[in-house]
Amino acid sequence: MVIYMKYELVAGLETHIELSTKTKLFCGCTTEFGGEQNAHCCPICIGLPGTLPKINGAAIDYTIMAGLATNCEISLYSRMDRKNYVYPDLPKAYQVSQFDFPLCKNGFIELSSGKKIRINRIHLEEDAGKLVHKNGDVYVDYNRGCIPLIEVVTEPDFRSADEILEYIEKLRLTIKNIGVSDCKMQEGSMRCDVNISVRPFGAEKFGTRTEIKNMNSITFIGKAIEYEYARQCELLDEGGKVVQETLHYIESENITTSARDKEDAQDYRYFPEPDIVPIVTTAKRVEELRQSLPENPFVRMVRFESDYGIAAEDAKIIVRYKLIADFFEDSVKNIKSPRNAANLIISSLFRRMPTETEKEDFSYRIDAAHFNELLTLLDEGKLSANQAKTLFEKMLDENKSPHAYLTEADLTAPDDGEIEKLCRDAVDNNQKSVEDYKAGKDKALQVLVGYVMKATKGKCDGALVKETILKMIS
Amino acid sequence: MMKNRISQIRSMLESKEISCTELTKKYLAAIDAENNSFHAFTTICETEALATAAKVDRRIAEGEKLMPLEGIPMSLKDNICTKDIVTSCCSKMLEDFVPIYDATVWAALKASNAVLLGKTNLDEFAMGSSSETSVCGGTLNPYSKDHVAGGSSGGSACAVAKNMSVYSLGSDTGGSVRQPSSFCGVVGLKPTFGAVSRYGAISYASSFDQIGPITASVDDAAEVFNAISFYDEMDATSDPKTKKVDLTKLDGNVRGMKIGVIREFFENGVKPGVLSAVNNSIKTLSDAGAEIVVLSMPDIKYAVPVYYILACAEASSNLGRFDGIRYGYKTDSYSNINEMIVKTRSEGFGKEVKRRILLGTYVLSSGYYDAYYKKAQAMRAAIKQAFSGAFAKVDAIIAPTVPTTAFKNGFTESDPIEAYMNDICTVPANIAGLPAISVPCGMDGALPVGAQLIGNRFCEQTILNIAKAIEQSIKF
Repeated sequence: MVIYMKYELVAGLETHIELSTKTKLFCGCTTEFGGEQNAHCCPICIGLPGTLPKINGAAIDYTIMAGLATNCEISLYSRMDRKNYVYPDLPKAYQVSQFDFPLCKNGFIELSSGKKIRINRIHLEEDAGKLVHKNGDVYVDYNRGCIPLIEVVTEPDFRSADEILEYIEKLRLTIKNIGVSDCKMQEGSMRCDVNISVRPFGAEKFGTRTEIKNMNSITFIGKAIEYEYARQCELLDEGGKVVQETLHYIESENITTSARDKEDAQDYRYFPEPDIVPIVTTAKRVEELRQSLPENPFVRMVRFESDYGIAAEDAKIIVRYKLIADFFEDSVKNIKSPRNAANLIISSLFRRMPTETEKEDFSYRIDAAHFNELLTLLDEGKLSANQAKTLFEKMLDENKSPHAYLTEADLTAPDDGEIEKLCRDAVDNNQKSVEDYKAGKDKALQVLVGYVMKATKGKCDGALVKETILKMIS
Repeated sequence: MMKNRISQIRSMLESKEISCTELTKKYLAAIDAENNSFHAFTTICETEALATAAKVDRRIAEGEKLMPLEGIPMSLKDNICTKDIVTSCCSKMLEDFVPIYDATVWAALKASNAVLLGKTNLDEFAMGSSSETSVCGGTLNPYSKDHVAGGSSGGSACAVAKNMSVYSLGSDTGGSVRQPSSFCGVVGLKPTFGAVSRYGAISYASSFDQIGPITASVDDAAEVFNAISFYDEMDATSDPKTKKVDLTKLDGNVRGMKIGVIREFFENGVKPGVLSAVNNSIKTLSDAGAEIVVLSMPDIKYAVPVYYILACAEASSNLGRFDGIRYGYKTDSYSNINEMIVKTRSEGFGKEVKRRILLGTYVLSSGYYDAYYKKAQAMRAAIKQAFSGAFAKVDAIIAPTVPTTAFKNGFTESDPIEAYMNDICTVPANIAGLPAISVPCGMDGALPVGAQLIGNRFCEQTILNIAKAIEQSIKF
């Protein structure tokens, strides 16, 4: 990002995340993505006269879990409110949301720098339908209407686009990890509104902010922030003033434009939803939900490093996919060198699942027990790293135990006498290399070691071979 | 015909003195004879009624035992959803609206073969106290055609009073069951908020609305209440604590009961004829061994503004959905979506509905919310509290149902504020979610007077029993 020396970026984020409950927030309709238009609807979710909402308990649990995973306080008394506005995709002319008693408040997400981004609140609400433009006409599809959403609202704590992108990624991983949403940005199940203002460095007072609405791509969020930051800085430099307004980011042109929907002048006339009784939760229930949460991926990452001795970079990339991290842990039980598992997963398994979705869903069929057998063979020195890799590829093709591919002979490692004999052969047959080594070419030693490894198909300990040869020639 | 119509008809059906079909035809004939002059019904379901009657007759012929309310010809206020039958709320907005679902109360009655004669008239969207804001025109008072039947459940009250229907279900948001019952000389019960499911009753003000029976007698009211009062998971405000009335203990014995008289209900504006009829009832109860306790509840004077602020606020939101997009009335010509919605609503709603939507929108607007909505909520809590205090001292409270007898035709439109003020005795029970009943207690000239009994939450039994004592002392 180009930094305009005079101005500091100040930003806050509102993230909408669709919850993956089986049914909608107030009725029994499915929350499945897609489907024929208006097929996932009933009298309740299209608000036909006389119908009443029936709140989905799972959505309340999921919201509380999201709050717990982001260090929020959970409100034991919470309430739904009506947010009134007229739009064709909102069939009741009000959205059931939460105003002054959200389920979760005062949380935070910690960035890698150690900076804490404060979360003001997480509240539960219903999604609206969608307008469909076709042949010059406008249609409404209410399939998405009434699907439970949470809105995660931060304080204006961001000072750079990088912080925002890291936060979004951490929030996405955290929420996905606890299984309350698939957080698929491309399907719109996670969308962000960014509030941006700039102020001279050192100033305390915030500048006038604009809001860029409804973005669902990390790349474009980054670009939109950069664009808007630059636009505001240049505007101020030219002596202009930032107008408080709602903006849309036009991806194809990399610009923001005014939404001109008088959004800021809207009066939502919030009031308590009289059709739903207040949500009362017990401390016991909150504790049960806390206990049910899987380990936070960032805590898990640190644990992988210390418990399994794998590199930080490797730990980071594995915990990113909960199911793969689970597979890793299942596979390395009683394994001396879990590093081998990390290497094989990253080098071979990941290549078979090129997209994020494939890795997140971990759709590959491979048994942890089989992988454990392979890792045991490696631990016992019965396979070289190369052999293990080749074998692992076969296992990925057919999901069989490594023993299905190995004969008794393959697994019998040469004994010390045999190694000694082979080392002797290596020295006798490669006098040139011996002389080179003696002349100071360290690399020449590799030729000798390689000779032995080749003869044993890599089934012996390279360090031992090296030691034996050195003894012979020095 | 006797007062306790339901038990009488049941024994006639059981003894085969009359068939359900004959009975239904008799009621349809009564509607045919009277409805043109009184406008009690907006839809008559002759085919459906006769089909159900035939089914009941078959069951009787097969020697089956009758289910509660089976075969009894009845009617529903036209804001209670009936599958495949127009439910119009007597508004142009929903003139052709045919629900694809039954309200919970109707589903329960239908399951026991209740014979639905038709849908009854109401003030548009239940907003009014004369039934005159109905797009179908007002319902006339059964005792005097110069007067209204009251509202908003005026059609139901008139239908029961003229015996065009054995009983009827109305809805009561600020007195809409009790007030027309008082005006028409019948019994009207507003149950405890949460006792009867609201699912399928088209909302006016969600935290006040309650469906209740309008009947010819207290016993009938108790029977109908028992049939419609149960926990319903489709209504989040439905309360599992609801209790059925024990009909065997409904004997009108009030000896030893403490009955409260709240001074503020008897001050200013109560018509002398109404006052004397209600005072007679108080004397009757006292003579029968009840202890009369005089109480004061100063906050009652805020009940009407509290009610109109909160009910209109909820109404303004509840009625936002009528935009012409999915169902209901839609304007003919428009050039864009905003114009379509604006024109649809301007043309589809009547004057009183617009007045309340405007009022409700205003009190919820930023800048006015704290001054109106929030204050009214605080006062609602205070009034609830005052009632809790009263029920620590007494078993029930007696008051006039309405300070006056039936209005002259056209009165409410000429003076809407005065008409609002007339709700003073009925709105407190809705504000506090309490059960209340209106029972005929005498006449003021040619027009009936109702006495109202307000009980503690889920104490329908108590107020029905006191009402029965009054009923037994009155001869019409």
